[in-house]
Amino acid sequence: MSLPAMLQAALIQPFVEFGFMRRALVACLALGLSCGPVGTLLVLRRMSLAGDAMAHALLPGAAVAFLLVGLSLPAMSLGAFIAALAVAALAGGVARFTAQREDASLAGFYLIALAAGVMLISLRGNSVDLMRVLFGSILAVDDAALLLVAGVSSASLVVLALVWRPLLVECFDPGFLRAVGGRGALHHQLFLVLLVANLVAGFQALGTLMAVGLLMLPAIAARCWAHSVARLSLVACAIATACGYGGLLLSYHWGLPSGPAIVLLAGVVYLVSLCVGSRDSLRARYFPNHRHRAA
Amino acid sequence: MTARPANARLSPSLDAAPAIQLDNVTLCYRDRPAVHHLSGCFEPGSLTAIVGPNGAGKSTLLGGLMGRIAPSTGHIGLPAALAGRIAYLPQQANIDRSFPVSVLDVVMLGHWGRLGAWRAGSAAHRAQAQAALAAVGLAGAERRAIGELSAGQFQRVLFARLLLQDAPVILLDEPFTAIDERTTADLLALLHRWHHEGRTVVAVLHDLAQVRAHFPRTLLLAREPIAWGPTAEVLQASHLQRARLQAEHWEAQAPWCAVPDGAAPARVAA
Repeated sequence: MSLPAMLQAALIQPFVEFGFMRRALVACLALGLSCGPVGTLLVLRRMSLAGDAMAHALLPGAAVAFLLVGLSLPAMSLGAFIAALAVAALAGGVARFTAQREDASLAGFYLIALAAGVMLISLRGNSVDLMRVLFGSILAVDDAALLLVAGVSSASLVVLALVWRPLLVECFDPGFLRAVGGRGALHHQLFLVLLVANLVAGFQALGTLMAVGLLMLPAIAARCWAHSVARLSLVACAIATACGYGGLLLSYHWGLPSGPAIVLLAGVVYLVSLCVGSRDSLRARYFPNHRHRAA
Repeated sequence: MTARPANARLSPSLDAAPAIQLDNVTLCYRDRPAVHHLSGCFEPGSLTAIVGPNGAGKSTLLGGLMGRIAPSTGHIGLPAALAGRIAYLPQQANIDRSFPVSVLDVVMLGHWGRLGAWRAGSAAHRAQAQAALAAVGLAGAERRAIGELSAGQFQRVLFARLLLQDAPVILLDEPFTAIDERTTADLLALLHRWHHEGRTVVAVLHDLAQVRAHFPRTLLLAREPIAWGPTAEVLQASHLQRARLQAEHWEAQAPWCAVPDGAAPARVAA
């Protein structure tokens, strides 16, 4: 077999041959497009841990829906959405009204949510259901799931375009935003809703344990390559979509579960970026470019 | 009263800038007053320093003037004409300087009143931003990241943003803290320019010599207002002594304040 033919067979043929692979690919690309900017903002707002905690809060919500109506995508998505928003509100409230630090309360809620979710599902479901909710199954993405993912992705990009400037200003100079009459708290809450919507979209494909993977890893990897917020978002988009595509191929050729394959690939990109990235990397630290300008 | 200099060039909107009237204002942190029963007036076009020990409520008062902190008692008479037209310089500590934005991005925020959250800036807006940067001595720095700047350079950037905001009232929270002499002198010149243009300028400061040299009016605050008026009268030794004692005085079980909400409080000294 010639090289082009081999490449074609390895990289393209699976998607030509199987409808489920095409659907999975579209879901990954859509997810990657919105995960880029949302993840970048998540990291810039120093909310990585909060994102992780909310992703775990998806589980009990999806589990309650699963117990009530069985394996139904709309019900489980709605349940997950409500549960994650509730945890966001609770954690924000605890941080605001008590002396507890937000990281402590977030870790607390995330443990409660995870334990409650696993408990609920093991009450009635079998371990296949549990595995599917925990780890996702992108190869079983049906038309409804695809519509959800694409809808969330499109809506996220539109909403972000509308509130991009105040969201950024609220990150680095909240006093200024208040002074010009910007509604900082409102934008923060809107961002939380966007974040949770993306997590819900991601959990179809990646599972609740790793839904935050495509948000976080590409965004922190991008910090080793780009500096402006716009470029960070673009690089994160590129990494997220490439990892979605690559992870699907890995999963197809070697029979791996797709969620972990995609997230692990993003993890590899992050580690490589940390080592050889053009800024904030090991290379930049230990092999600095000593050339400098005259002034 | 601060008379406007004859050579002031005022845009009509600035000319109309009304006074900010404080009427028995108390601003609280939980149940403790940070600013206690303050009455007085920031006259239009006045240049006022707010001084006092740490924890005297200076920044809190700016928060009240901006409408960020609602008074527990009393009333801040912020004329409707000023809604959304108060420019504010936050303390540098409250800004995340590691955030990946460029100098030009930050200065362009000064157009917020015209562009709002959505509209893109035109070439003319960018040209104005560049002119503002040149006016603060940072021509050519447009594309630098704010994380690369020194504290003094970053303060110049924030002043360039204030220039673009073109606001009738400008509130500055410790504008010269940790800023070198040369930069302070340049930025003080801008303050005087705003004063001459008839804008109301209020600055929280710590350097009393600087206040005596550059600020016609002063409010000495130590949670309680100690004195408010012409700087030379306010900054006399007895007032400063009283401010120090007042700031150090703190009772764990202080009784509830008995000054009724509607009562006209005694005018502060001077």
